Amino acid sequence: MKLGKAPRIAYGEELLELAKKNQDIVALDADLSKSTMTCLIEEHFPERFFEMSIAEQNMVATAAGMALKGKIPFVNSFAVFLTGRAFDQIRQSVAYPVTNVKLCGSSSGFSDFGDGATHQSIEDLALMRALPNMIVLSPVDEIETREMVKFMVAHKGPVYIRLDRNETPIILDQDYRFVLGEPTLIKPGTDVTIFGTGQMVSLSLNVRERLEKEGVSCEIVNIGTIKPMKRDAIIALAEKTGAVVTVEEHNVYGGLGSAIAETLMKTKVPIVPIGVKDRFGQSAKTYPELLVEYGLTEDAVCEAVKEVLAVK
Amino acid sequence: MKAQYEIELIQRKARIMRKNIVLMLKTDKGHLGGSMSITDIVASLYFGVMNFDPKDPRKKDRDRFILSKGHSVLAQYAALIELGLMPADLLDTLKSLGSPLQGHPDMKLFPGIEANTGALGQGLSLANGIALAARLDREDFYIYVIVGDGELSEGQNWEAVMASAHYKLNHVIAFIDNNALQATGPIQRRFNTQPYLQKFLGFGWNAYEIDGHSVPEILQAVENAKMSTDKPTAIIAHTVKGKGVSFAENNPAFHHNNMTPEQYEQALKELM
Repeated sequence: MKLGKAPRIAYGEELLELAKKNQDIVALDADLSKSTMTCLIEEHFPERFFEMSIAEQNMVATAAGMALKGKIPFVNSFAVFLTGRAFDQIRQSVAYPVTNVKLCGSSSGFSDFGDGATHQSIEDLALMRALPNMIVLSPVDEIETREMVKFMVAHKGPVYIRLDRNETPIILDQDYRFVLGEPTLIKPGTDVTIFGTGQMVSLSLNVRERLEKEGVSCEIVNIGTIKPMKRDAIIALAEKTGAVVTVEEHNVYGGLGSAIAETLMKTKVPIVPIGVKDRFGQSAKTYPELLVEYGLTEDAVCEAVKEVLAVK
Repeated sequence: MKAQYEIELIQRKARIMRKNIVLMLKTDKGHLGGSMSITDIVASLYFGVMNFDPKDPRKKDRDRFILSKGHSVLAQYAALIELGLMPADLLDTLKSLGSPLQGHPDMKLFPGIEANTGALGQGLSLANGIALAARLDREDFYIYVIVGDGELSEGQNWEAVMASAHYKLNHVIAFIDNNALQATGPIQRRFNTQPYLQKFLGFGWNAYEIDGHSVPEILQAVENAKMSTDKPTAIIAHTVKGKGVSFAENNPAFHHNNMTPEQYEQALKELM
């Protein structure tokens, strides 16, 4: 798989392109603009960039005020600070009144591997998914990221997007078009469906190749929209193979695995979730080390496939 | 300065609003005290200060009113109903299932409400956002905010105070409803958020102290605030919680309590 740009970079570039065409787009940042890439907006449109400093709660509610006056504010910080520190502001001033605020959680999952647990977000999807009126996006690569940023501008209402800090393999075709809630079939298979999101889709594709040699056929599906999900499409995909594995760089509670399980609750399809097993992260010298430590590996997914096939 | 008859009109409106607050609550639990303490400020804003057309409550260049202490929304409902924005018989539906008169304001349900507030500490940030967006759009309306004195213990207020000063948001005018009581007792004993004047001045705001029940002082303070070219203004309004209903005045029990049927009758009589 060819390595593409980091989603945070693709996000920053796409937002700049859209800001050139749409005067209402503004960006707010909490002293992380060089990481979140809103430095591009600051450079080109300084009057539409707002440094809100290290005060996420005020930043989110200020963005809500801007939305009340017709702006399309993109609010930026690391995923863990944005969704954690400012959860109440997101609930009370964004989701509940349905203000047109776009929440951009950068350095999501373990992608800020060096900084440790304080900076790693393994619960952002759960937090945002629990809010009525909130759309929750998790792009797989730079192509999907760009498509989702376009969607965020076009859609009127609150959206959360989680953005990986690091380069990610290109999974989708250049002509991919994002449709809210729709699962994307990446590679077909007949024995088990692996629903993945973010970096875990490329890992699942490697698993598919490995298991093919053992005579197991895995279907790989990318879930870019964590909420809302197209229920019928998810059920159809799950029932086609009759077995499901979910893979995410997030706590097993409340993220993709939970969302799929809730969707498939009334079916008889068994599900084995792979994710962070309810532990906080820690620092590591490299990203792959963390994936091994937290069980987000090809081996773990292979085991999960075998486990689910045993009860199919 | 406003003419005497204009001041008297505002005072008359405030009296009607207070009566309507009592009529809304009846003998149910509700935020009587904090609504009564801001009534003269809210009446002055709607009937003497703001560019606000009840026939077109979403008019682009209207002045905005953000009630950060959302639990006192009864005073705002009373003003908006008096302006004819909603039918008066809605007074009877406060906090009923499906009513636009929610316990805390919901902009989606009630025209004239600018923001959903009530989770304390968010109003100043919302006002700053509106002010920043208005500046981009080259519009020059004002944003009036009422913040409770107890509410000032929410840290987000001070994040917002720094932001308004940094961005020189001179069109943000904040009233601090200094009734000196929070839900569980006197602020100075429970958790002292004072001194207000020195704090706002220190953070780079203009700040004035006034009698928050004196309509002329409220109007004059707004006039002063509008002279500012590069600073937001805090108007520290000394108020009486429960103002206008003798047994509720300065009584922390009426932060969120119900009147007995006898008290209800007495309150209506006092507000005649």
